Amino acid sequence: MEAARSRAPRHGLGILWIWIVLSAIAIPLVIFVLGPHLPPGKMSSESTDQTNANIVMTALLTPIILIVLVYFVYSLIVFRASGDTVEDGEPIRGHGPTQLLWIVLTSVIVLSLAFWGSYTLVQSAKGAGGGQGPSPAFKPTGSKAALPIQVIGQQWNWTFRFPTYHAFETRELEIPVHRLVAFHVTSIDVTHSFWAYELGVKADAVPGVDNVAYVTPRKLGRFMIRCAELCGLWHGHMAVHGRVVSDSAFQAWAAKEQVLNRQIIPYLGPYQRVYVPEPKHRAG
Amino acid sequence: MVVPPNVAAATTPGGARLTLQTVASLGFKPHPDWVSYLVKDPQGKWIHSTNLTVPANSLIHVTIYQYDTATGLRNPFWGLPQGTVGLARVNGKPIPVLNPDLASHTFAIPELHVTVPLKGVADNAKNQCSVAPCTLAEAHNTITFVFRTKGRGTFRWQCFVPCAAGFILGFGGPMQSLGYMDGLLHVV
Repeated sequence: MEAARSRAPRHGLGILWIWIVLSAIAIPLVIFVLGPHLPPGKMSSESTDQTNANIVMTALLTPIILIVLVYFVYSLIVFRASGDTVEDGEPIRGHGPTQLLWIVLTSVIVLSLAFWGSYTLVQSAKGAGGGQGPSPAFKPTGSKAALPIQVIGQQWNWTFRFPTYHAFETRELEIPVHRLVAFHVTSIDVTHSFWAYELGVKADAVPGVDNVAYVTPRKLGRFMIRCAELCGLWHGHMAVHGRVVSDSAFQAWAAKEQVLNRQIIPYLGPYQRVYVPEPKHRAG
Repeated sequence: MVVPPNVAAATTPGGARLTLQTVASLGFKPHPDWVSYLVKDPQGKWIHSTNLTVPANSLIHVTIYQYDTATGLRNPFWGLPQGTVGLARVNGKPIPVLNPDLASHTFAIPELHVTVPLKGVADNAKNQCSVAPCTLAEAHNTITFVFRTKGRGTFRWQCFVPCAAGFILGFGGPMQSLGYMDGLLHVV
């Protein structure tokens, strides 16, 4: 028995080497080839952090997926039964050092990710593009000078109000590049969710709540805005495009929008953090 | 989902003509008390539908007979007519903006950036319509405007006024149903 065992191929070592070689090939491919194409892109500081997080997570997952696949395929090929003989395999026993290694390794990975995620949320990305409620706990540097833009969700469209530009309102959204923007997201009917995909911003639009999310755009271009909360019949149509433009283009656009919408400005009422409008007459 | 019948706009040399009416309550089943749009087919018959077909790359001349009273807009912004060719008119008078409190409904095609607020009839108007289809002898406002279609496609259109009486926030029932205050515009 001992002699037979010593002559048997060392399957564990074989699997280990295949796994190491494949991982050495796949991880750089994931980081350098697939990574730049992972969502949501690098249009803003926040989306860049999210994309980097996706690259790290995918790179970490790659060897784990590979070990499962290698073991699976190796077993299919090498341990395939042949002939009619049915016999039991050798009994499997626990292996203390392997179990300890597994526990330590997975604990280190999970705790490192938790630390890194918390650091990104708190210190690096200051909220990571998510809505932080009316009193943000993680304010970026220069948050007092951020450009405030109110996002108003309604069935089924977004409108945007600019309190520092005579509080004009528009259905278009343009924001200046390299300037910190503070989105104040709210709703005037049901719960929506403001999802500026390429910017890496996602914040619930809740009636009566001023949900603040920060973003610093880094690249010019178009971004998609969607509603990420099922909000009724035309929820799926609640999508518009926004644009990141140069500061001068933004100033020109804001001036043009104020002229285009000048007739309605007197009716808009003063800017407020939230609106709880009641139907004026019979409905509701 | 019940899809209302498709009604084509009447073709004209310059494009198409779409004639609609809004009523405070249909007066017939399955929802006799629901607010609704109706559309006139090319033969002049009123059809209970919001499933409309218009030609692409054309001017669409719209006439809406507005029989409902005002509810008021939840977001005053939609009181600004947008996306029309020239100004919208109420009873022949151009309206660069409508006081949001006077709005009864809107005709809005968000993807085409068309929004026109529809002025409600006065609460104390005589001879108000209670059963659709309403006639020109009953109290109404006539809203006219023109918009231009581009390429082919199907676009949703809707009302932005919370006009569903009896529903929470005025946004249930007919505001969530094709054939009432929501519809599809097929551009062909």
